[in-house]
Amino acid sequence: MTDKKKKSTDPKTYKFDTLSLHAGYQPHKNAGSRQVPIYQTTSYLFDDVDHAAALFNLERGGHIYSRISNPTVAVLEERVAALEGGTAALATSSGMSAIFLTIMTLCEAGDHLVVSSQLYGGTVNLFRLTLPKFGVKCTFVKPRDTEGFKKAIQKNTKGIFGEIVGNPGNEIMNMPEIAKIAHDAGVPLIIDATYQTPYLCKPINHGADIVVHSLTKWMAGHGSSMAGILVEGGKFDWMQNEKFPTMTKPYEGYHGLSFAEEFGPTAFTMKARAEGMRDFGPCLSPQNAWNVLQGIETLSVRMQKHCSNAEKMVEYLLNHESVAWVSHPSVPDHPDHHLAKKLLPHGKGSMIAFGIKGGKEAGEAFINNVKLASHLANVGDTRTLVIHPASSTHSQMDEATLKFAGLSQDMIRLSVGIEDFDDIRNDFETGFRAARRPRLVSNQ
Amino acid sequence: MKFKVNGVEVFASTGGRTFDKKKPLIIFVHGSGLTHMTWVLQTRYFAFHGYSVLALDMPGHGLSGGESLKTIEDMADWISDVIDAVGYKEASLVGHSQGCLVILECAFRFPKKIKTLSLMGGAGAIPMNPELLSLAENNDPKAVDLMMDWAHGPAGHFGGHPVPGLYHINTGGMLAKSRTIKNTLGIDFRACDNYKNGFKAAKEIKIPTLSILANGDKMCPIKEGKKLADLIDGSEIEIIDNCGHMMLLEEADKVLNVLKKFILTYFPIKKN
Repeated sequence: MTDKKKKSTDPKTYKFDTLSLHAGYQPHKNAGSRQVPIYQTTSYLFDDVDHAAALFNLERGGHIYSRISNPTVAVLEERVAALEGGTAALATSSGMSAIFLTIMTLCEAGDHLVVSSQLYGGTVNLFRLTLPKFGVKCTFVKPRDTEGFKKAIQKNTKGIFGEIVGNPGNEIMNMPEIAKIAHDAGVPLIIDATYQTPYLCKPINHGADIVVHSLTKWMAGHGSSMAGILVEGGKFDWMQNEKFPTMTKPYEGYHGLSFAEEFGPTAFTMKARAEGMRDFGPCLSPQNAWNVLQGIETLSVRMQKHCSNAEKMVEYLLNHESVAWVSHPSVPDHPDHHLAKKLLPHGKGSMIAFGIKGGKEAGEAFINNVKLASHLANVGDTRTLVIHPASSTHSQMDEATLKFAGLSQDMIRLSVGIEDFDDIRNDFETGFRAARRPRLVSNQ
Repeated sequence: MKFKVNGVEVFASTGGRTFDKKKPLIIFVHGSGLTHMTWVLQTRYFAFHGYSVLALDMPGHGLSGGESLKTIEDMADWISDVIDAVGYKEASLVGHSQGCLVILECAFRFPKKIKTLSLMGGAGAIPMNPELLSLAENNDPKAVDLMMDWAHGPAGHFGGHPVPGLYHINTGGMLAKSRTIKNTLGIDFRACDNYKNGFKAAKEIKIPTLSILANGDKMCPIKEGKKLADLIDGSEIEIIDNCGHMMLLEEADKVLNVLKKFILTYFPIKKN
């Protein structure tokens, strides 16, 4: 008789590619519609007075008004929560509104945040100039300075915020270490994972408590629609200390509800929706939610192509005579290469920063002469995009802030698209030739 | 709210309303390894409609102190102690999964105290899959992953949570991982596996009883729920279609509607 070893059972929960297509949606509850319907409506009928009261009192789940929630948007929220390994999510009109809503849900006047210095320029301005107007102050720390995050924590600190790979300098935060610092201080770690998408990295698995995205970028992927989202990890214990009274104490706005007691692992999202969407209202349109859902259906195949093209581009730039330096986590001598291998095993992303020989003048000539690559203020399109940050996305910064943010005048930021790589390379050759030309003329 | 039972601090959600001893009491008892939060889409309704609600965290679970109770019989006695501790003489009990065994045994032991039973995803016995039991007792998070897989029906796996933005499986998983797995899920699973008195207790139950069963329930299959219900004199059965074991979240509205009808009929608010 053969001695058969009993095979261990594994959960049969759906995996990433399946969730990208199906999570958050049940056709049988929507007239059998295979595609997610676009609920283009402002409001929803109540069955009777009792039903209306139940919805307003959070006795039942459901929709009241599309500023608070919408069925199409809710599918997107669940889908991203599923892909990120989160308990809940709340979609917003843009990535910036997702960040703002997160901070407004977390903080009150008099609070403090520790923030990575390498962020999208708009985010830097939010933390540096706008949040202080609401009484929330921030201390900026360079993303590689892990110990600096610890030293910057104050008694009134309510969270640590950063991007996994800093924009645009490509410096990587040591997420697991910084999560430990945050948790030892009793505060959550908030990570902007726009550049990675959950296909490349799930920050919750590395200790993040809240993840924010500009869905406008790789998640939607086609450069058509603005959207943002915050995703809750569900592990953070809001009741462990007295730092978050608006999460733990009775909330007057909902009959003395304590979000942490009542909703536990989804408390932050519930508060962000019940308070933040009600009072600030940065809601996502159902049409844009649907557009983003279309993008997410092909997220994994697009990200694979983005990353493979980016690797070819890195190789090409590293060997190009017109290029002074290349920054991408896949480059072996990148200071964070080993950390990138740990945090980003499926690909290092498609954002490349490089310095062009000839400085600012050459950079401008390059950008003015590429034809296939688009010169614009966006990243994560299916098409290849280029920009000179010092004169555009980060132009509000003075010289010192630029340097602190890891920027230089010769830097070109490149978001590699999914076109045929040979065509991108040929286009860049045209740009580089033009970049060399003025210097040749001036040398004569 | 927090209060003490046998000297140990206990947490129970009161459904968002202040606990009022003048109102009839409904106690909700969660399933293995879970917490009071599984009941959020049922408790708030009753709390806002004239009842006092206690959605308990069993000892050692959720926000409650103490250590997990090791037998269903001990848990049943503890529910009786809860009723005493909050100054009531009687209550209506609602249970899910393991919570059904607990309230069944409680009604068997304290027939005068318990006015109605509502059993969701219940059975007369819940023998555990040996692998799942072993994983839970060895603190392996895979136990939670398997439980979440088996506990959700096809719809639950895809999503479509009644509360916009919440994702079933990850939320349930996080609840079950909120305390040390072997000290909650491990002990609870063993208690379920050891409990043998369910069918005997059912034959003695003489109070109004509702069994809410789901036709996609893999943890407590519908035939087991019917077998139990058939033993309870005058028991009512409601079947929820296209739904798994976590019916109280997967089909929260349908469950609330049948529960509401049952409780308002058999445990009505006394009007002065």
